[in-house]
Amino acid sequence: MAGLEDLYREIILDHYRSPRNRGELPVPPAHKVEGFNPLCGDEVVVYLEVSDGVVTDLRISGQGCSISQSSASMMSAGVKGRPVEEVRKLIRSFKSMMSIHEHSLGGEDAEGEDETGTVSPDDLGELAALQGVVKFPVRIKCATLSWNALAQGLDEIAAGVPSGG
Amino acid sequence: MTSALDTGSLEAPPLDVASLRKEFPLLEQSSHGHRIVYLDSAASSQRPRAVLDAMDHYYETTHANVHRGVYAIAEEATRQFEAARSALGRFIGARRPETEVVFAKNATEAVNLVAHSYGRHLLPAGKAILLTELEHHANLVPWLMLAAERGTELRYIPVGEDYRLDLSRLDELMDGVGLVGVSCMSNVLGTINDLGPIVEAAHGVGAVVVADGSQLVPHRRVDVGALGVDFLAFTGHKMLGPTGIGALWGREELLDKMPPFLGGGEMIRDVRLDGFIPNDLPWKFEAGTPPIAEAVGLHAAVGFLETVGMERVASHEIELTSRAIDLLTERHGDDLRIFGPPADPERRGGVLSLGFRDIHAHDLAQVLDSEGICVRAGHHCAKPLMRRLGITATARASFYLYNGEDDVVALSRALDVAAAFFG
Repeated sequence: MAGLEDLYREIILDHYRSPRNRGELPVPPAHKVEGFNPLCGDEVVVYLEVSDGVVTDLRISGQGCSISQSSASMMSAGVKGRPVEEVRKLIRSFKSMMSIHEHSLGGEDAEGEDETGTVSPDDLGELAALQGVVKFPVRIKCATLSWNALAQGLDEIAAGVPSGG
Repeated sequence: MTSALDTGSLEAPPLDVASLRKEFPLLEQSSHGHRIVYLDSAASSQRPRAVLDAMDHYYETTHANVHRGVYAIAEEATRQFEAARSALGRFIGARRPETEVVFAKNATEAVNLVAHSYGRHLLPAGKAILLTELEHHANLVPWLMLAAERGTELRYIPVGEDYRLDLSRLDELMDGVGLVGVSCMSNVLGTINDLGPIVEAAHGVGAVVVADGSQLVPHRRVDVGALGVDFLAFTGHKMLGPTGIGALWGREELLDKMPPFLGGGEMIRDVRLDGFIPNDLPWKFEAGTPPIAEAVGLHAAVGFLETVGMERVASHEIELTSRAIDLLTERHGDDLRIFGPPADPERRGGVLSLGFRDIHAHDLAQVLDSEGICVRAGHHCAKPLMRRLGITATARASFYLYNGEDDVVALSRALDVAAAFFG
């Protein structure tokens, strides 16, 4: 049986205690997306700025457990300053890492897991620390909360949909 | 305090938790190498072997569909199903269980039945619905759906700083109300509501009262007559019974006037291609094959509770809750917040919603789980109340007759583990 240390890796607790890119951005020009985890009431708000195909800035607010908050923090560190196409690839890779159990739980965010164009877990950097979460199926939604919000934000920007807030 | 709640006499011999626990096979399991410490009975209780055996025995010897066959086992199945109804009715003091107790899937379905058959058909247009801020979603969403459909005004009795319903503006709130929905006990705070003044004010303006007894019926002696309400919804799986069965008790004259809820077999007396005649009470509200084995199991659960004695169950939980609050407060001081009223025999049940340091409830519950302790983490299906309290989640420990002080000590030790883990 999976132990606590599989879930709460030191790097995760570090991001939880000292979250990166915490805060808000003025909307517009930034795009704002909210994500809710109906299971536990966690909420994450992603502020996203994209120009010339690059995620130029990103801020996270909201509240939640260590897994949702550290995942959001690591995500922000991982995508800031990167081209949108690379970010999408990273999102696919991350969700693929989280997807097996999510699929069996009937989650609606498992689509895209079979798409090509993912990076291997070795290239996920510190995000790979969240791999242990799949051993705790109920917590997968915590880990993917901010990623789903980010994906939604990128889609909305691409489609020219105005910001949710 | 109404006489509806008998909190037990001091002379009743205390429960022997250690031997009682042996009746519950699940509690003999281990989790992560620890004894299972089950502190989530407010979400769902465990069930004794007597309930499991009764259901097995029914399936092995008796099963056939009810109210249909003329053969021996079908008649016996019908007899057992109706005997369960009578026993459940007597358990809550129903005068005419054979007509006033309707089996439903759970308390949620029971509330939906009232929202549909009373709310959509008998609640006068223009009358408001009065609820409270501490309702869980089962006694909230059916009314929100009704309000959205009919434009009914919804009002709420607020929760005060003392975690109790603030009845100071009750008369004003009640003016123009046609239906009141209120839970007997909060599943988040443990607050036992004093329904007396609410029922009196409601009946004063001609409103009916729908009480949600999910959290109280399993733990205290509830008498619908003394409670004075018009409907009482509750569920089997929180009172040692199986999942998939609950009940609605209602005043016969009201149930009689109400049209059916779900349509199908069993709920009809006659069907033609151009219409149907509904069945008599209570079958009018029981469309389709009912949960027969579950009714048999629930009957056994009621028997188990009656054998132990609801007065002893209540005394035990009152004592344990009081000890738990003292022990946890003493051991953890300011690190621990308990969202709910202080210990009070008549007005507080065994539900402790906890906040520990700044550790998120989800993380806290995860560490507790690693120590074999089962608590619920989250919003407990009461999001409006959580918003009112200004929090998103709590870790909730809830007690039942099989919990003892050793469980509280285990919880306290696990809190220390969480503190060390999250630094």
